[in-house]
Formats: sequence, C-alpha cells, structure tokens
Amino acid sequence: MITGIPVSTILMITGFGLTLTGLWGMLTHRNIMRIIISFVLMGTGFNIVMVASGYVTGATAPIIDTALGLGEAGARAIDPVPSALVVTAIVIGFSVTAVMLAFAIRLYAAKKTLSIDAFTESKW
Amino acid sequence: MMKRAFAVLAVALMALVFMGVIGDYVELQALRPLARHYVTEVPAQLGAPNVVTGILISWRGFDTLGEVAVLFMVAASIGLLLKKDSAGGAAAGGRDARPPAGEIVTTGAMVLLPLIFTFGAYVIVNGHLSAGGGFQGGAIVASGVMLMLVASPSATLNTALLGVIESAAGVLYVCLGVLGLVLAGGFLDPRFLPKGQFGAFISAGAIPLISALLGVKVGAELSVIIDRFRS
Repeated sequence: MITGIPVSTILMITGFGLTLTGLWGMLTHRNIMRIIISFVLMGTGFNIVMVASGYVTGATAPIIDTALGLGEAGARAIDPVPSALVVTAIVIGFSVTAVMLAFAIRLYAAKKTLSIDAFTESKW
Repeated sequence: MMKRAFAVLAVALMALVFMGVIGDYVELQALRPLARHYVTEVPAQLGAPNVVTGILISWRGFDTLGEVAVLFMVAASIGLLLKKDSAGGAAAGGRDARPPAGEIVTTGAMVLLPLIFTFGAYVIVNGHLSAGGGFQGGAIVASGVMLMLVASPSATLNTALLGVIESAAGVLYVCLGVLGLVLAGGFLDPRFLPKGQFGAFISAGAIPLISALLGVKVGAELSVIIDRFRS
C-alpha cells in the first residue's frame, strides 16, 4: 500500500477516530453497558495515539536481537517510553472498567434496568 | 433533540482539537534524549534485551508496584460491591441453576487450556528477552482461567488460595525491592544479581525474578476478579 501518509499518522487518525466514536457513544446512549463499552473504546483510541506518537521513521521494536544489533539500538529503535506508559494505561483502564461493570451490576440489582433514565435521583 | 445537538457540538469540538494535533504532528526522525538514554542504558546497565520491560521493572518499578496495588484494590472493591446481601436463598439457587457448557466448549477447553497456560508461562519468563512480561503473561493466564470457568460453570475457584499466592508474590516483590535497596543502587534495582550473558535465559539480574512474581500476582488477581463477576 502506497499512500504517502506516514504509518504513525494513519495510526493516530485511527486512534482519534476511535476516541471520537467512544465519546459520541458515551454522550448519546442511554444504556449503561453501552456507555461502558464506549468508554473502553475511547481509552483504546488514546492508547493507540500514545503508541503511535513514539514511532520513529524506519525504526523497529526496542528489543535487542538479530533484527536490531546492540550498536545500532540508538539509531533504529522506536521510543520505548510511550510503550511503557501504555502498558500502565491498559492495566489501569482494565481496573476502571472492572469497577464500572461491578457498579453496573449493582445498579441493575437495584432498579432491574440498565437505562440511566431510571437513575434520576443522582441527577443534578 | 437538544441533547443530540450538544453531543454533536462536543464531538465536533474534540475532532477540531484532534485535527490540530494530527496537523502539527511530524513523525520523529531520531530518538528524544530520554529515549536514547533508555535504549542504550537498558542493555548496557541491566543486560536486558527488551528495553520496555527494563524500563517497567527497574526505572518505573515503583510505579509498577503501585499498579499491582491498584489491581489488588480493584479485586477487593469488586468483592465488596458484588457481595451477596442475603446469604443463601437466591444466590445458592442461581449457582445450581447454571446449565452445563456444550460439548464443543468442554472439549475445546481440554485441548486449549494446557497450551494457554504454557504460553502464559512462556510470555512471563521471557519478558526480559522478547515481547512480553509479567502483565501480559498474567493476562494470558487469566484468560485461560476464564475459559476454564466457561467450560465448567459449576466449578468453584479457590479464591482463598489465590489470595494467599497473590499476597506471597507481592511480599516477595517488595523483598526483592528492598534487596535492591540494600545491595545495589536503590529500591527495585535489579542489579544485585549478576548480569549474566547478554540474551541468555538466566540473565539481566533480578528482572526475570521480578517479572515472574509480577506475572503470578497479576494472573491470580485477574482470576479473582473474573471469579467475583460470575458469582
């Protein structure tokens, strides 16, 4: 595929597209499960953007092996810092999602519905 | 209709911000100084070929410890949130009424489970050599546990034992950190063990040990979280 657009820019557009899809889903859907799925989509989009921002033109993964010799590591490796941050972000995103799902189960047990229209007492 | 208009406005404004970011973005041509430091110093000082694991376990080791603590707190808070209010009654009935899994799922789980657990262990202990590490391998192990629970819905997971394993791994992790503080440069410094031959399985100081403990801890914690959701 020859598009002329750098691969990291394509990844960034994809990531921001996912983020916007998630934001739109969070704002328009009334079902708590769909809101949670939209939130996860948004988080995934931001993770993709962060990973893409660490790409260096023509570089490879920062793992020293036969594809990337010890001497050329400084010249041909991508930025490892965003990758390390995204590992953290994925784990924290998982934790937040798990807590949100637990709250969804509790809310369903309280009102027997997952529509946020039923939970008006916490509306300001 | 008004709400939808506001949603469109919010998404459009965010899209404008993101378009500005993409418009100003130029692909890096060379590493930033911090990244260059990490890429050259991780193999040289720690002896670990995988730079990302080296960063996560040594320089950002304290942060990784905090992350595992967050996972532990999530497991505990989900246990609190999903605790059965009325013991017995509906809860016991719900567990007995669970239908057994189908033939395909049961047989598939029998074939796949050993493979999944072996792959998880491989990813955990090879974290310093190739793509992988404690978190990734722990997640694979937990996905195997999930398949196991789907294949035999009436089975119960020994969460007490998992809690003990998880706590022991956490305590050992902190002990390794203190050893690093006493014998080497600082808390969670993996250089108190010999570096070994670069690229060998037993090398890179204490990184494989810390990675294995991390994998055990994450796998146990995620399994407990999965089990909490099904009860």
